[in-house]
Amino acid sequence: MKDAAAPTPPLALEGLRKTYPSPEGPVEVLRGVSLALAPGESLALTGESGSGKSTLLHLAAGLDAADAGEVRIAGRSLTGLRDAGRARLRRDHVGLVFQQFNLAPSLTVASNIAFQARLAGRADRAWTAALVARLGLAGLERRYPEQLSGGQQQRVAIGRALAARPGLVLADEPTGALDEAASDAVLDLLLELAAETGAALLMVTHSPRLAGRLGGRAHLRAGRLE
Amino acid sequence: MSAEGRRRALRLLGALAVTGAAAPATWLGGRAAAQGYAGLGADAEGYSQVVEGRRFAFPRDRGPHPDFRIEWWYLTANLSDAAGRAFGVQWTLFRQAVSPDPGLDGWASPQIWMGHAALTSADRHLTAEKFGRGGVGQAGAVAQPYRAWIDDWRMESLGEGFSPLRLRAGGRGFSYDLGLRAEGPEVLQGRAGYSVKSERGQASYYYSAPFLRASGELRLGGERVEVSGPAWLDREWSSQPLEADQPGWDWFSVHLEGGDKLMLYRMRRVGARPYLSAAWIRPDGAIERLDPAEVALAPAAEAEVAGRMIPLEWTVEIPSRGLALIVEPLNRAAWMDMSFPYWEGPIRVEGSRAGVGYMELTGY
Amino acid sequence: MNWRGFLWALTALASHWRRRPLLLAAALVGLAAATGLWIGVQALNAEARRAYDDAARAMSAAALPALVAEGGGPADIARFGPLRRAGWPASPLIDVDLAVEGAPASLRLMGVEPVSLPEAAGLALFGAGEDEAGNDADADAPPAPDYAAFTRPPGRALIAPATLAELGDALGVGAGDRLATPRGETPPLVASAAAAPGVLIMDFGFAQRLAGMEGRTTRFLLDPDAELPAAPLSDIAPDLRRAAPRAAADPAQLTESFHLNLTAFGFLAFAVGLFIAHGAVGLAFEQRRGLMRSLRACGLPAWTLCAALGAELLVLALLAGVAGIAGGATVAAALLPDVAASLRGLYDAPAPDALSLPLSWWLWGLGMSVAGAAVASGGALWKAARMPVLDSARPEAWFAAARRARARQGALAGALAVVAAGLAVWGEGLVAGFAMIGAMLGAAALALPLALGAALAGLQGLADRRWGPLAAWMAADARQQLPGLSLALMALMIALAANVGVGSMVDGFRLTFESWLEDRLAAEVYAEAEPGAAPRLAALIAADPRISADLPEWRAETVLDGAPVELRGFADHATWRRRWPLLEAAPGAWDRVAAGQGAMISEQLARRLDLGLGDPLALAGGAALPVAAIFADYGNPRGQVRLSNAALAARAPEAERGRHALRVTPPEAAEAVAAELDAAEGVSAMEQGSIRALSSRIFERTFAVTGALNTLTFGVAGIALATALLSLSAARLPQTAPVWAMGTSRRRLAAMELGRIMGLALLTAMLATPLGVALAWALVAVVNVAAFGWRLPLHVFPADWLRLAALAVAAAGLAAAIPLAGFLRTSPAALAKVFADER
Repeated sequence: MKDAAAPTPPLALEGLRKTYPSPEGPVEVLRGVSLALAPGESLALTGESGSGKSTLLHLAAGLDAADAGEVRIAGRSLTGLRDAGRARLRRDHVGLVFQQFNLAPSLTVASNIAFQARLAGRADRAWTAALVARLGLAGLERRYPEQLSGGQQQRVAIGRALAARPGLVLADEPTGALDEAASDAVLDLLLELAAETGAALLMVTHSPRLAGRLGGRAHLRAGRLE
Repeated sequence: MSAEGRRRALRLLGALAVTGAAAPATWLGGRAAAQGYAGLGADAEGYSQVVEGRRFAFPRDRGPHPDFRIEWWYLTANLSDAAGRAFGVQWTLFRQAVSPDPGLDGWASPQIWMGHAALTSADRHLTAEKFGRGGVGQAGAVAQPYRAWIDDWRMESLGEGFSPLRLRAGGRGFSYDLGLRAEGPEVLQGRAGYSVKSERGQASYYYSAPFLRASGELRLGGERVEVSGPAWLDREWSSQPLEADQPGWDWFSVHLEGGDKLMLYRMRRVGARPYLSAAWIRPDGAIERLDPAEVALAPAAEAEVAGRMIPLEWTVEIPSRGLALIVEPLNRAAWMDMSFPYWEGPIRVEGSRAGVGYMELTGY
Repeated sequence: MNWRGFLWALTALASHWRRRPLLLAAALVGLAAATGLWIGVQALNAEARRAYDDAARAMSAAALPALVAEGGGPADIARFGPLRRAGWPASPLIDVDLAVEGAPASLRLMGVEPVSLPEAAGLALFGAGEDEAGNDADADAPPAPDYAAFTRPPGRALIAPATLAELGDALGVGAGDRLATPRGETPPLVASAAAAPGVLIMDFGFAQRLAGMEGRTTRFLLDPDAELPAAPLSDIAPDLRRAAPRAAADPAQLTESFHLNLTAFGFLAFAVGLFIAHGAVGLAFEQRRGLMRSLRACGLPAWTLCAALGAELLVLALLAGVAGIAGGATVAAALLPDVAASLRGLYDAPAPDALSLPLSWWLWGLGMSVAGAAVASGGALWKAARMPVLDSARPEAWFAAARRARARQGALAGALAVVAAGLAVWGEGLVAGFAMIGAMLGAAALALPLALGAALAGLQGLADRRWGPLAAWMAADARQQLPGLSLALMALMIALAANVGVGSMVDGFRLTFESWLEDRLAAEVYAEAEPGAAPRLAALIAADPRISADLPEWRAETVLDGAPVELRGFADHATWRRRWPLLEAAPGAWDRVAAGQGAMISEQLARRLDLGLGDPLALAGGAALPVAAIFADYGNPRGQVRLSNAALAARAPEAERGRHALRVTPPEAAEAVAAELDAAEGVSAMEQGSIRALSSRIFERTFAVTGALNTLTFGVAGIALATALLSLSAARLPQTAPVWAMGTSRRRLAAMELGRIMGLALLTAMLATPLGVALAWALVAVVNVAAFGWRLPLHVFPADWLRLAALAVAAAGLAAAIPLAGFLRTSPAALAKVFADER
C-alpha cells in the first residue's frame, strides 16, 4: 500500500501487545505500543530493565510474533506471514545490530560484511569495499572475528547490517559490550552510515547520553510508550 | 617320582579303588584300609579262592596266577661294598586283576601291573614307581624261562633254569644291575604255602626264595659301587588277603649269622591283639613254623617319618631258641612315598645273634 | 569437607539431568555401550579360550613328541612292548576322524592307553585331582569312570557334556548309549570333562577297531618328562622315527587372528562409547557453566564443586556399568553361536557352548565403566576446577586451535602411514598383518579431518563463487565444526572401511568358494556306502542306465609329519581333468597322477610342508611321489593328498571304497537317482545341488559373526554421530540464530544443516572406500594366508560401496534428525533470546 503523498514508512507498529508466561502468572510486557519511523529518521528507545525494549525490537524485526497489533516493514504487514515470509522481509529490508555482535565465527570479516547483502542478492562490491574503508577495517578483511577487538567486531556487524542498504536498521544496545570511547566511535559510524543510506534507525539503549545523540527518543514504561 | 606323576598315579589307582575291585592299597594295608575302607574283603567273587592243601609246582608257580586278584614278586637284598658300607635294594612287581574274567590277553586283558624300586644307603633312600598294562607286553611275568618285568625293570633268568638271574631297575638318581644266584631251595611259608592272615581264615599262597646271593653294581647319583650280599624273594598271591579291620602289618625277613633265616609278621587289628606268624628256616632249607605263643615281637621306639609316628626299632624274643634280638633300621628315612605309601628298608639285627634283613611297615 | 555444600551442589547439578533426559540417555548409552561391548567381546574371548584350554588337553596329546612310522602312515602297535621294555616312555595314540551315523559332523576319535599315557598329555581320564588321601577334591566333576570299566568290554567313551548334548539333540542319544559308526558301535558314552568338545576318548583297544586300525596306531606319544634310553631307536624299532612336537596344533595360536579381530572391535567400541559419553558429559558441563559459576560465586570451593561433579559421574558410571554388562552379556550370548560356528568352520577349533559371567567380570566391568567415565569427563572436570568465577564471554579460539590440531594429526597420520607401508613391504606373519591394518586405519582416521577440511575449503571457495553466501557459510561452518565431529566421523569411516574390506573378503571368498564348489562338485550325484554295503551300492550303480559314468573315490587316512592327512583316490576321467580346479600344475599332471607317478596336494598341505611342484612327497607304502599339482581346498583344516585309485590301494590296502561320484544323463535325473540310492540300506546319496547348498549354509554360518560385528560397529558409529550432533546442536544456536535473524527461514536452515551432515557422511564414505579396498587386500593377501593357509583373489564390489555410502548417508541423516527436529521446534522467541541473553 503506497501512499501517494508520504513515502512508505520503513517501520510502522500499531497497538502491539505481548504477554509472556511466568511462574507468577502471565506478564503483559507490551500493552499496546504504536510508532512509525520515516525514512532517515532515527529514534532511541529507552526504558528500565525489563520494560520490554528488546521485546519491542524483536517484534519490530519479526524475530518474534505479537499477540495483538500489527507490524509493517516497508509497508508489508507481518501479520499472517510464516517464518519463511518474515525471513524474506528481514533479509530484504532490515539490518540488525546486536549487543553481542553475533558474527559468524567461521567466516572472514569480508564474508561477514557481505553476508546479508549476498543473501538478499544485492551484493555491491564497491559499496562493500567503501563500507570496509569507512568502518576502519581495511587490512582486516581476511581475519576471523575472534581475531578482532570488540569495537572492531561491532563495526563488522554494522557493516553487515548496512551492506544491503536496508530501509531499516534495528540496533539492540549496540555499544553495550564496549567501553565508552569505543562506544562513541561505533555510534558515530552507525549514525553516519544510516544517514548516508537513508535508513531509518531504531536503537534500544539504556544510556540517556547516547539516546540524546539520536533524532528522537521514546521511553517505554509499564508496557506503553511515553 | 615327580609330584605330577604321583598325582596321576593316585588318580589312576584312586579310580581303581572306586570300583570295589581291590586297590593296591589293600595289598599294602594302606591308608584306605586304615580309614576303614569297607568292602575290600567283600568282593572276591569270581576270582579263584585260596584254600589249604594246594600243591605247589615249579617252575609253574614262578609265573603269574591271573585268576587270583592280586600277586607280587618282592625281592630285597642286603648289600655291602668292599669298604663295608651297607646298602639295601628293593625290587617289587605287583599284579592286580581289575575283573575276574578269564585272563584274556591283548587289549582286553584285565591285568594291571605296578613296580616299586628302591635303593637305600645309610644316608640316602631313592625310589621309583611304574605302572603297566597287562596283555600287551609292557609288563608281565613268565614261569619259564623265568622273567618278571615292567618296562625296562626286570628280573629274569639267564639260562633255562631259575638261577642265575639278573635284576635291573632304576629311577631318578639311581639304578642297580645285580646278578642273583640261588644257594638254597625255595621254601613254602605257612602250612605248605597256605599262609593265614587272621584268625578268621583270610589267607594267601606264599613261598620264599631266601637263599639268594646278589652281586653287582649300584649307581647312586654319579657314584658306581660294586656290592654283594644276601637277597630274599617273596612270592605271594591271593584274592582276599585282609580283613576289613586290619589296617596294616609289620613284616621282617632276617638273614642271621650262621645261615639261619627268620621270617615273621604281625597283622595288626583294630581293638584286638595282632595276628602273629613266624617261621625259622635252617641253612639246609628246612622250614619250621613257630608257635605264636613262643614269639614276642614288640616295638621298642617310634620315630617321626614323613609326618607320622612309626615304630622303627623292635625287639624279637624267641625264648625256645634262646633268641633275643634288637632290630634297627639302616636308614630311618626309608619311606616309600608311592601312590600308597609305606615304610620299607634294610635293617641291622643285634643281640643274641647278629644279622641283616628287611623290614616292611604298612598302614601307618 | 563441607558436606552441606557438597550435597547442595550435587542436588543442584543433578537436577539438570532431570530436565535433559535425552542427554542423560546419551551419557548412559555411551558408557554402557563402551563397557558392554568391551565386556561382551572379552567374555567371548574368555569363553573361547576356556574351550581351548579344555581342548588343549586333547590337543596337547597331539602336540607331544612322538614316534611315527618311518615312511609315513600308521605305526605297528607290536612295537609297543619292545619299546617299553627298552625303556622308551611310549604310549600309543589313535587320532582319527570318526563318522557317526546320522550325526551332522564327525567326531575326533582319540584312542589312548591310560596307564602309559604321559601326564603331559593332560587327559584327566579318571576325574579331576584327588588329594593324597584319595579324597575327591572336586566334588562337582562328573563321576569318573574307573579303569576297569574304561578298559574292559564294553568300555567307556568319554565325551564332553556339551557334545553329548548336541548329539542328544541330533540323534536322541544320552549317557550310557552307544553311537553307531561304520565299523560298529562305540562303547557306552560317559559325559566327562576330560574330553574336549567334539572329541571322543576311549581305550586304545576299542579305538583300534572303530578306526579300522587293528594292529596299528597313529603314533606313539613320548613322555616329555621321562628320560629317554641311551640305546638308539633303530635297535628296537627301525621302522619308527622320532617326530618333533607339533606346535601348530594349538588352537589358541590358530585362532589368534580371530580373537585379535574381536579384541580390535572391542577396543573400537570402547573408544567410540567413551566418545559418546565424552560428548554428553561435555555438553552437560557447558550447559551448567552458568550454574557452576553461580555456585562458585555463592562461595562453593572449586574442589567441592569438582567432588560433586565426580560423585555425580560415579553414580552415572555405576548405573551405566550395570546396564552395559547386562547388555554386553546379551550381545555376547547372541553372538556366541556365530562365534562358535566361525571357530569350528574356519579353524576346526573347539568352540565355547555357553557363556558365564562370574562376579569378577561384573567388578571388572564396573571398573571399566568408572575408568571410562573418568577419561570421558576428565576434561570437563579440569575445566570446572580451573573455571574463573567470572568468565569472559569470549568463544573458544577455534581457528588457531584447529590449525594446531591439524598439524599434530597430520604428523601422526604421516608417521602411521610410513609404519603401515613399512609393514606391508617387510612385515611377515599374522601379527605384522594386523599391525599393518591397525596403522593403516589409524593413519586414515587421523588424516580424515584434514581431508574433510580440505574438501570443505574447496567447497567453500566454490560456493562463494557459485552458490551464494548461505552455502559458503554452511561449508565454512562445517569446517569449524569438524574438530567436534571428527571423532564420530572417524568412527563412521572405520566402520565403513571395515564393512567394505571385510565385505570384499567375505564376498570374494564366497564367489571363489562357489565357483570352486561348482568345479569341484562336477559329478551330479555323490553316493557313499557303509563298509558292508559297498557291493550293494556297486550293484545298484551298475544296474542304473541313467548313470553314465561311475567314478569311485577311495579314501584313507595317513600321517604326514605326525599330523593326520586325508588320502583321496580318484578314477581317471574327463570329468576331473576338465573340471577339477588346480592352482598350479606340472605339465602332464593328470597323466602322471593317473599313472601313479605323482600326487596332487592341497594348498594348505603344500604350505605346511613347504612343498612345491616336483618336490618329493613321502607317503607310506611305497616310494616318495613328486608333487604333480596343487589344488585349492578351502575350508578344510586338514591336509589332503589325491592319488589315482590304484596308487592309493597299493599304498593303503585298507582304503575305504564305498564312495562314488556319479555322472547322470540326463542331469535332470540326478535328484531321482540320488533319492533312489539313498533309500537303499546302508547307502547315503546326495545330489550335488544339495551338497552345494549345505556347503553354502556352513559358509554363511561361518561368516555370520563377521556380519553381526559389522552391523554393531555401524550401529555404534551411528550413535556416536547422533550424540556428537546432539551435543553440538546446543552450541550451534548462537551461530544459526544470526543467520536466521538476517533472513533465512528455520526450515531452510534445517534442510541445509541436514544436507551438510549427510554431505559430510558422503565425503567420509567416499574416503572410506579406498581404505576399505586396502583393508580387503590386507585381509586377503596377508591375514588369510597366515591364518588359514590359503590365498584368495581380491574381488571388489562397487555396488556394495554405493549401498554402504547410501547407508552411511542415511545413518547420518537419522543421527542429525533428532537435534534438527529440536531446532525446528525452537520458537522464534527462544531463537531471538540468543541476542538478548548474556552468555
